[in-house]
Amino acid sequence: MKAVFTRPQSLTETPMHYCPGCTHGVAHRLVAEVLDELGIRGRTIGVASVGCSVFAYNYFNVDFQQAAHGRAPAVATGIKRVLPDRVVFTYQGDGDLAAIGTAEIVHAANRGEQITVIFINNAVYGMTGGQMAPTTLPGMRTTTTPFGRDVRVAGHPLHVAEMLATLKGVAYLARVALCGVAHITRAKRAIRKAFQAQLDGKGFSLVEVLSTCPVTWGLSPIEAVRWLEANMLPAYPLGEFVTSEGKERL
Amino acid sequence: METTAERVLMKGNEAIAEAAIRAGVRAYFGYPITPQSEIAEYMARELPRRGGVFLQAESEVAAINMVYGAAGAGARVMTSTSSPGISLMQEGLSYLVGSELPCVIINVMRGGPGLGNIAPSQADYFQATKSAGHGDGRNLVLAPATIQEAADLTALAFELADRYRNPVMVLTDGITGQMMEPVTFRADTPPAREPPPWATTGAGEGPVRLINSIYLEPEALEHHNRRLVEKYRRMQSEVRYEAYRMEDATVAVAAYGLVARIARTAVDRARARGLRVGLLRPITVYPFPSAAFAEAAGRVAAILTVEMSAGQMVEDVRLAVAGRTPVRFYGRLGGAIPTPPELVAQIEALAAEVSAR
Ligand SMILES: Cc1ncc(C[n+]2csc(CCOP(=O)(O)OP(=O)(O)O)c2C)c(N)n1
Ligand code: SF4
Repeated sequence: MKAVFTRPQSLTETPMHYCPGCTHGVAHRLVAEVLDELGIRGRTIGVASVGCSVFAYNYFNVDFQQAAHGRAPAVATGIKRVLPDRVVFTYQGDGDLAAIGTAEIVHAANRGEQITVIFINNAVYGMTGGQMAPTTLPGMRTTTTPFGRDVRVAGHPLHVAEMLATLKGVAYLARVALCGVAHITRAKRAIRKAFQAQLDGKGFSLVEVLSTCPVTWGLSPIEAVRWLEANMLPAYPLGEFVTSEGKERL
Repeated sequence: METTAERVLMKGNEAIAEAAIRAGVRAYFGYPITPQSEIAEYMARELPRRGGVFLQAESEVAAINMVYGAAGAGARVMTSTSSPGISLMQEGLSYLVGSELPCVIINVMRGGPGLGNIAPSQADYFQATKSAGHGDGRNLVLAPATIQEAADLTALAFELADRYRNPVMVLTDGITGQMMEPVTFRADTPPAREPPPWATTGAGEGPVRLINSIYLEPEALEHHNRRLVEKYRRMQSEVRYEAYRMEDATVAVAAYGLVARIARTAVDRARARGLRVGLLRPITVYPFPSAAFAEAAGRVAAILTVEMSAGQMVEDVRLAVAGRTPVRFYGRLGGAIPTPPELVAQIEALAAEVSAR
């Protein structure tokens, strides 16, 4: 019998702890499939961040280091500099990457650090119970913006992809979304290109992945996907911001 | 400098850097701060052409986390900084201890608190010896008194880091970092060191490896911490100290690092005036040579602790002697350095006081 769908080798059989409908699981699977397809599982080192994906190492079947909140790009830099022929990636949420770890991501990108960053933007802090993130939309209610994010008080959403796209060290940068099969297929293509950029020694690569957090958004999984489409897609335009071959359609 | 030279005149900071390269350091990550920047500058010049990696980080926070990544990947790695930088490295230090990663951290102390000044100080003693960041962490701390010793203890620090899978700090000060002295280096060729079996080297098809310090279950974290505590207990066998002219001493001076050097001169001068005084100098300030102090407490009538701080190591001295002999403190602050005449006067006053009793 021909197998048409199997677990990627790069994923363990450990059941994931993510909430039902959370797209962290989808993002994990896409990364694992790409590692399998590129045949790099055995020489990849992942860096887990602080946030709901703190336990990513339980699910990826590759060597892993767990990093302090926001510092994954620095940890990845340390690994890659002493093991330049390995593939190194970080997996970070928006609180991790765009708040406490802003300096680390900007400078890793600007150095052209040969690492790949999977950046999960779910517009909220999931793990700590739904507080405002730098990516929280104006007017969006969170536990620390109970009346909706007021940009005069809390500032504006941080557009990480656009910001990092201005840096010379970036070789590949895209924003994708995990709402619907077509988007997920594009997301995988972007992740693959990001790892390929590292394998080709071209520089820093990052994929910003618009994701859902149904639990802290207070929505069902389906409603969360609809909310992402209706609210996040207009605020965070999708597409490739930096490619080394010139822009292509994802 | 010519790397094969036997005995060379060098700045303390440069001697530390050269000793680290000869000890086989593979990577240096750091951020500039006076009075230790020569370590980074030396590394930038020397390390790439001698088989290592140099990278100037965007901050001390990033530097120590780069150290974490490289140490986890199995490389012999170090950083260096000075007091305000050490405060920023506390976060990473805690993770290094929690994940049991070997590395060497050099702290060339300057005056504080806050921005303070760039003059020499010993006011980071508590921070260095009492807690490696948040949590129950500990790290070995070596305190050189000469430039030769700074080089030797830097090499030793790498060995101890590997032996205990733990960060090791070399605690020195702005004068020791900046002054020049002749120094002889141990080895010319760095010792070969394979990545340890636990390192995340992304090497092949065997079981995956993990560097981590999260234990959600209280019992699991308690177990982990008890294992670490047992390791700190084993570190007690690394205690090093120097006893100078202590054989017949009735007064002991306790001092480490630069101050111990000055105290040594003061001891000689006081001896020339007929006072029976000696010097007890901790070389490891963690673990503290408590047994040596407890033993001395049975023999001397008083101990004078001298530091370039408001009084930090003196607490360890008091704990060690447990009230068996009076412990006095003399400190200079903010980058001021005690002089031999100042210390002789302190010793004379204390000797007069105890003989009047
Ligand atoms: C130094 C530090 N500050 C704060 C925290 C608490 N903390 C844990 S996860 C988190 C937010 C994570 O949010 P995000 O990166 O968006 O990931 P998500 O949970 O949404 O997947 C915070 C603030 C911490 N662990 N360490
Ligand atoms: S809290 Fe949000 S981000 Fe975290 S696992 Fe649940 S749904 Fe996912």
